Amino acid sequence: MSTPSRVLGSGEPVAQTRTITFAQAVNEALAEEMRRDERVFILGEDVAEAGTPFKVLSGLVEEFGAERVLDTPISEAGFTGLAVGAAMTGMRPVVDLMFGDFLTLVMDQLVNQAAKTHYMSGGKLKVPMVLRTTLGATRRSAAQHSQSLHAWVSHVPGLKVALPATPADAKGLMKAAIRDDNPVVVLEDKLSFQDKGPVPEGELVIPLGQAAVKRAGTDITFVATSSMVYVALQAAEQLEAHGISAEVVDPRSMVPLDVDTLVASAKKTSRVIVVDEGHQSFGVSAELAARVADGAFYHLDAPVKRLGAMDVPVPFSPSLEDLTVPTPNKLAALARELCGAR
Amino acid sequence: MVPPKPHSANTNGTRSRGKEPRVTPRSTASKSTPRKRARKAKPGNDAGRVDTAACLFTFRQMMRIRVFEEHANELYLTAKMPGLTHMYAGEEAVAVGVCDALEKDDFITSTHRGHGHCIAKGARLDLMFAELLGKAAGYNRGKGGSMHIADQENGNLGANAIVGGSAGIATGAALSSKMRGSGQVVVCFFGEGALGQGLLYEVMNMAQLWKLPVIYVCENNLYNEYTHFQETTAGDILARPHAFGIHTAEVDGQDVNAVTAAASELITRARSGDGPAFLLAHTYRYYGHHVGDIKRDYYRSQDEESHWKAERDPLIIYRRWLLDQEIATADTLDTVEAEVRKEAGEAVEFGLQAPYPDSSEVSLHVYA
Repeated sequence: MSTPSRVLGSGEPVAQTRTITFAQAVNEALAEEMRRDERVFILGEDVAEAGTPFKVLSGLVEEFGAERVLDTPISEAGFTGLAVGAAMTGMRPVVDLMFGDFLTLVMDQLVNQAAKTHYMSGGKLKVPMVLRTTLGATRRSAAQHSQSLHAWVSHVPGLKVALPATPADAKGLMKAAIRDDNPVVVLEDKLSFQDKGPVPEGELVIPLGQAAVKRAGTDITFVATSSMVYVALQAAEQLEAHGISAEVVDPRSMVPLDVDTLVASAKKTSRVIVVDEGHQSFGVSAELAARVADGAFYHLDAPVKRLGAMDVPVPFSPSLEDLTVPTPNKLAALARELCGAR
Repeated sequence: MVPPKPHSANTNGTRSRGKEPRVTPRSTASKSTPRKRARKAKPGNDAGRVDTAACLFTFRQMMRIRVFEEHANELYLTAKMPGLTHMYAGEEAVAVGVCDALEKDDFITSTHRGHGHCIAKGARLDLMFAELLGKAAGYNRGKGGSMHIADQENGNLGANAIVGGSAGIATGAALSSKMRGSGQVVVCFFGEGALGQGLLYEVMNMAQLWKLPVIYVCENNLYNEYTHFQETTAGDILARPHAFGIHTAEVDGQDVNAVTAAASELITRARSGDGPAFLLAHTYRYYGHHVGDIKRDYYRSQDEESHWKAERDPLIIYRRWLLDQEIATADTLDTVEAEVRKEAGEAVEFGLQAPYPDSSEVSLHVYA
């Protein structure tokens, strides 16, 4: 590829962009990688003609054929297991797991097989596969189609975990994931698929393990994951009226984790709130908060705070569901409290 | 549906297995030319055409497994081996019979009771003992141990400590073989205990839908750990693969000739694109579920064990056949056994003397 890779948020000049949806960005990433590398193929439920229920994969089967966009039975553990075996023997599968909640069904294949094969074999075998799935509530999908389980996979050594927030990140991280020689879980917010954003023309690969400062500020840092980046950006706008300047930092991947960028921001602003859509207890927000507190302790003017989803199963009723997730209002209120109610 | 070669780099349309360039030789695909093992005649064939060397190789391989397990047991009893291990002794004819019918670059997946599969697919005893003892010289640098030995140079994608856990890997390797047009066949070894795992049925369904070159070899050694399989297994075992339309066969797993004959037919079918098969091999486990399972009267009798060891032993059965057919003399077979005992003894010593991994290894190979 002649065009050099560009990394958003890295300070490099950004090339000419166009505005496309998150779904189109993912689709582009897959199509480009499938054209580049014939070992790459997609398998999962209704990935071919249906293009998934979210229509993210529309058009791929027409270009690459049913052999490389492979419709499977409703057998999540089975086709994830097939991907592990195919990856070990020379292919680079991309598993489409329709909902993140179905991680429960594939955990043996992902955790006991894919994540451990390289280590257990003393480095002889590799599992270069991607598992694409979703997170995020408020789609009125109730308790079994709304969970954000990225903490589970982030807890397992051997897995990498990416959480794209924007269309550009979705494309760049997906391409990096496909080129990675390890099993990578990419979790996309199911409500982001139709969101539009600028995506550079040409080649775009965003290395895993590079956080991005999505908004610069001086008084408080919001470490925000996945679509919580938008919650954080909206909260930051609200806070401007109160004279509080908030910085928004998106780690973009949990594993590997760019601790340095998070800590640098914390040192600059001296106050940090981690906002993440996983359940607040024992989750990603706790780990991120601990890392930041550890690295920036002597620069902090307040304890590192967390804002996660409530520790309840996601309820169906909209009036209840909306209570469970972090919102700009909640985050702004917490930030004002932390900054001395300015 | 997956046609044979959707996007393979191999464009010559041939199926010269192991010789054509692979899409990627990166991880597991062996670059070496498969070692064409001389084939022994099938029982009942023209006895004049029996390949003596191949027969002696089969005998040697079964003997290597038997003696390996004797040493593994001894290493446990003398507290030289960390952890536990699960012994394959008694089932030698299944692994050797099946692997005799495979090529070097064909794949297998194995189980927690996997030493036999590993040896039968071509592994070295010294590197295996080193692995069992957690030494850096081991197949997996001591990081896998008995239940995770992988030997990718011989197509062994690894033993697996999750019962039935490798069914997905085996079937995925078969999908890969078909997509790459490599002609490789995959054998998925598992015990009858894995018949209780749902994954097996999910992947058998896909294997038959897409005509994948995978053979599911069910080693029925009668016991799911400490429980007789009849207490856990409803209906007829072969009715299960049959329900998917998968070709099935059943064989006396103590008769290595019968196993090779049955496996050869299924492997040939799979290689020629006729899809998966399920081979049910009736066999028996001489030791307990693991080396520490010594008092086992509560689930099986001494009489039963004695009967299998005296009447149904795969080494005795094969030895008798070799002598009856005048393929080998008793002296020749005794010499093979002596050579194997010497090899195994030296291999144990190698493992015992080998150094443990350096502490820097602990965080190596978490990521590729």
